[in-house]
Amino acid sequence: MPGLIGRRLLYLVPVILAVTVLTFLIANLLPGDLAIAILGDQATPESVAALHQKLGLDLPLWQQYLHWLGGVVTGDFGRSRNNEVVLHAIASRLPVSLELLVFAEVGGLLVGVPLAILCAVRPGSLFDRTVSAVAFGSLSVPPFMLAILLIFLFALRLHLLPATAYVPFAEDPVGNLRAMVLPGATLALLEWPTIMRVLRSDMITTLQEDYIAMARAKGLSSRRILLVHALKPSSLTLVTLIGLNVGRLIGGAVVTESIFALPGIGRLLVESIYSRDLVVLEGGVLVVAVGYVLVNFVVDLLYAALDPRIRHGRA
Amino acid sequence: MAALDALGPVERERVVRQRRRGLGVVFWAAIAWIALILAVAAFANLLPLRDPDHTALLARRALPSAAHLLGTDALGRDILARAIFGARASLGIGLLAPLLATLVGASLGLVAGYLRGWIETLLVGATDVLLAFPPLVLALAIVAYLGQSVVNVIIVLAILTVPSVARIARAATLAVREREFVTAARASGASHARILLKEILPNILLPLGAFFLVLVAITIVAESILSFLGLGVPPPAPSWGSMIAEGRDSLDEAPHIAFIPAGVMFLTVLAFNLVGDTLRAITDPRRGT
Repeated sequence: MPGLIGRRLLYLVPVILAVTVLTFLIANLLPGDLAIAILGDQATPESVAALHQKLGLDLPLWQQYLHWLGGVVTGDFGRSRNNEVVLHAIASRLPVSLELLVFAEVGGLLVGVPLAILCAVRPGSLFDRTVSAVAFGSLSVPPFMLAILLIFLFALRLHLLPATAYVPFAEDPVGNLRAMVLPGATLALLEWPTIMRVLRSDMITTLQEDYIAMARAKGLSSRRILLVHALKPSSLTLVTLIGLNVGRLIGGAVVTESIFALPGIGRLLVESIYSRDLVVLEGGVLVVAVGYVLVNFVVDLLYAALDPRIRHGRA
Repeated sequence: MAALDALGPVERERVVRQRRRGLGVVFWAAIAWIALILAVAAFANLLPLRDPDHTALLARRALPSAAHLLGTDALGRDILARAIFGARASLGIGLLAPLLATLVGASLGLVAGYLRGWIETLLVGATDVLLAFPPLVLALAIVAYLGQSVVNVIIVLAILTVPSVARIARAATLAVREREFVTAARASGASHARILLKEILPNILLPLGAFFLVLVAITIVAESILSFLGLGVPPPAPSWGSMIAEGRDSLDEAPHIAFIPAGVMFLTVLAFNLVGDTLRAITDPRRGT
């Protein structure tokens, strides 16, 4: 296991470095002058040149990169257009996005896992075919469409839940949770079909294994066979799937936070694009991308921890 | 048939049933819908439609009627005309970006899988880095810097899909390159180019084709998200995503403004997914569950 962590870490470092290079290049090679973006179109050439010097934009690109990377490593992402420290802006919005992701993942599992088990018990039955068809159809619904549908039904027609009424958890826990239900449900509805589809076909295969027949022959209850003997080997699949889905969920979170006016990282990114605040955008993209890489790193390790064949390098 | 033997009884029955029954009504309905949308989008100029950008402030948020078959939006523009011209933007981008990505990605994957060595290492490393970004965030960032235009949206969405195409092409090439007919071609002195184009390429076209259709579905969704956030097709030109975004403001009093383009888009994405998935299930029965 320590050897494995070491090997994966060795791979992690170049990937994260490459991610920082790419983020930097996107922000600095593409057209658009940061100084003009800060000072506005009417800026005089002298003031632009002065700001270039102050920001180090007159240096060669690789020096700019090292300078920027040095700042990032020490937690200095720069300041936004209205002089807010970017690191603070990101740190204050991160918990909102994480809460949303937890809602989405838990919701997706709560819907996806039971449906997958019920379908796998009788594959080909009417129930299985209906649920599978709905899951397949759900894969074709973009997140903003789901969000609008939920707002229309539950906020505008039934008046059950607020659409845009975010309050911090510390101020009003109940209000916070109520405001999180619709955005969380939007992402959970996006999440359950992949969970259900993969787990279902995984369990159908498992249920044909000899040891399941053995368990049945021993007279174990169906519930015990399904939940303990058949579900356990599929936990590996679920772990990988959660890692794979995080990327899509982050994209979904960007859209969902914008629609439901949640002050999370996704909305920060979109706002920084609208206001052309390149420093915030650069910092936000980097944090999200590195976070995504780290999640997949942890998922890799969990996968190894759960599966002895991979842990011992025999797979 | 060897693949069939590897299946459990339920899957085997399903695949056999599917082969016997043909592709099914749903498959052909999906094909028909795609053909219809492609036809109206291609011939939008010839159809007796109203001007999609013509605003009529007296006829705002009208429900479907004889004058406006699908009603009008918050600016009094004809929704049917906008949905059809929107199909032009959404499908144009949805087809061109995956086409571009497939051409580039398949060439890269083919060469990497065939020649192996450092080229393969480089390609795998590069795809890993690109795939390390959450795709939508990368798309938003690049469009924000490049500037908003149809061409830029196509380029960005193509760049984002190249890695996954390259991966699939490489995997398919690896599976084919050791087969007897490739060895035979090599032994008879065929050049690398000839082996790649005449022996390997025809054998990886089917999986690539099925993946292309799924990519079209994914790209239509991605474009609609960009347009919904106001970073896709520049206004006032309609696209399904921006139509839904505009309809959001009148969701309470006139829900049809958002739900009609949403429905059209859902059916189109679903149709591409269905056709792609069916073709994939035929080319690879093991994954047909």
